[in-house]
Amino acid sequence: MTDATLHDVSDEDAAARRAHALSWLHSLGIGLLGMGLLLALWALGGWWIANTPGMRAFSQLAPGPTLERLWQMAQRGEIWSMSWPSLYRVGWGLALAIAIGVPMGILIGRLGWLRDLTNAPFQFLRMISPLSWMPVAVMAFATWDGAIIFLITVAAVWPIMFATAAGVRRIDPAWLKVSRNLGANPFHQLFYVILPAIAQDILTGIRLALGIAWVVLVPAEFLGVSSGLGFAINDARDSLDYARLGAVVIVIGVIGYALDMLCMLAIKRFSWLRSET
Amino acid sequence: MAQTAHTSPASRRPALGRLALSLIRRADPTPAVALRPLPAAAPAPDRTQDETSRQGSHRSSPRARGAHVQIEALSHRYRGMKAPCLTDIDLTVTPGQIVALVGRSGCGKSTLLHLIAGLMQPAQGGVFIDGNRVRQASPRWVMMFQAPSLFPWMTVTQNAALGLRFAGRAGEIAKRVPTLLEMVELTPYAQRNVQDLSGGQQQRVALARSLATEPELLLLDEPFSALDAFTRASLQRDVRRITRELGLTVVLVTHDITEAALMADRAIVMAPEPGRVVADTPLNPGLSPDDPRRRDCPQFEAGRARLAEIFETLAGR
Repeated sequence: MTDATLHDVSDEDAAARRAHALSWLHSLGIGLLGMGLLLALWALGGWWIANTPGMRAFSQLAPGPTLERLWQMAQRGEIWSMSWPSLYRVGWGLALAIAIGVPMGILIGRLGWLRDLTNAPFQFLRMISPLSWMPVAVMAFATWDGAIIFLITVAAVWPIMFATAAGVRRIDPAWLKVSRNLGANPFHQLFYVILPAIAQDILTGIRLALGIAWVVLVPAEFLGVSSGLGFAINDARDSLDYARLGAVVIVIGVIGYALDMLCMLAIKRFSWLRSET
Repeated sequence: MAQTAHTSPASRRPALGRLALSLIRRADPTPAVALRPLPAAAPAPDRTQDETSRQGSHRSSPRARGAHVQIEALSHRYRGMKAPCLTDIDLTVTPGQIVALVGRSGCGKSTLLHLIAGLMQPAQGGVFIDGNRVRQASPRWVMMFQAPSLFPWMTVTQNAALGLRFAGRAGEIAKRVPTLLEMVELTPYAQRNVQDLSGGQQQRVALARSLATEPELLLLDEPFSALDAFTRASLQRDVRRITRELGLTVVLVTHDITEAALMADRAIVMAPEPGRVVADTPLNPGLSPDDPRRRDCPQFEAGRARLAEIFETLAGR
């Protein structure tokens, strides 16, 4: 009887694993198909440009020349040298946005009066494109790096703050009562209850913020600095090197996608909610 | 019964109640004996005597450590409410006693439990545990709620260890938590996430978590009402067994007469509007405290029926 049960269980296990692998392959296939479609669309555009009089100057934007240039840039290590300054700026901007957004979000989520007080000004500030602060940032900061990091922070702080506040408001009040009953002080409550409870909300906010920060980065790097992906785009345009322009666009897309995947993995890792699987 | 031997002033009152010829004692709004809280510096004077006497009777308990609870002239009203929700509550629970607060919803029994736990402060009067006024929550008196409210990002062990961690006693976790999990029969689940557990098992984790800091008083706020009948019965039995082994004082809030009769040594019947004590009666005086109290035992069934009758007569509509 026991043997039969064990056997059944391991059979079911194997079946579940097979089904899981199958669904994974399926989603991978769909993803590859989507990327293939994008590539086909790109090739079609390149073909159209090459065969349209007056557009021929841009024919280097087609997949062939672009990918060739990308390969060259990879071999020379240029991809790394242009990405590193951008990653550095986004990293700092995001770190500052987290350092400001998470504590503010927790306070806003916990204190009703602070939420009422800050709601209007924050919604107002949130709607201003971070790039409109560019002139102010340039004047206020001694270095271009400082100005760019400021712009990224301004862009990234809102999603983190609002996601954190929303997470705090969803915390089960019974958890706080139980922890107080077990002798927790406010410090314990923060690190054993509040932060673990909202880890997923914070990471979701960071994921949104990263998307915005990465988008804001490129225009922010158009001015002043002589490094980074935004500068590389501008530089390629000025030197009419359209293959290089296309290659940098691909680098921007790939890095952004990879960073988003990292956030997804972190969310999966820190999520305590049971999924249906 | 060990408690009848008490002669200290603090424990005289329930003894009086128990010795009363009538099984039903109408709550007297003006107590004949003026009760003073014990001086803050001195613990309940009968503690040592009490512990030795109870250690003699229960060999399974390494040390008996129930709290002495005294509620004195307590009244409470919620902010913005006209009618008081509790009036003139005077009550003494002796160490190791298991008391059930029974009453219909709205009689203030849960509020009274929150006041004992120090999660709220009474408008008038006070709660004294071992002679000290209760001013805040403490791991020495722990409350268990209807929902287990476990932390879903932690394992069973981590949940059970939380009180020790908060008390700065993390060093004791490795030794103490396995013992606790064995006590609540969850040893095989020690490293599992609490979301993998059934409702009854979750409430067992909550019990282990409550007992981790070695409290002297366990306050149960309808902790089994969300469980199915079989799970509830096994938890009622086990909680009584465990708390008796540890010698804890227990105050149980319930609206279930059978649960009160199964678990408690004494029932306090409350009535609403305003919330007050209307009866204070011993339960199963003829049965040994360690009797399993089966439903088919005629003595138990008679005691249960009597409590039901008292409840019907006095607890209001």
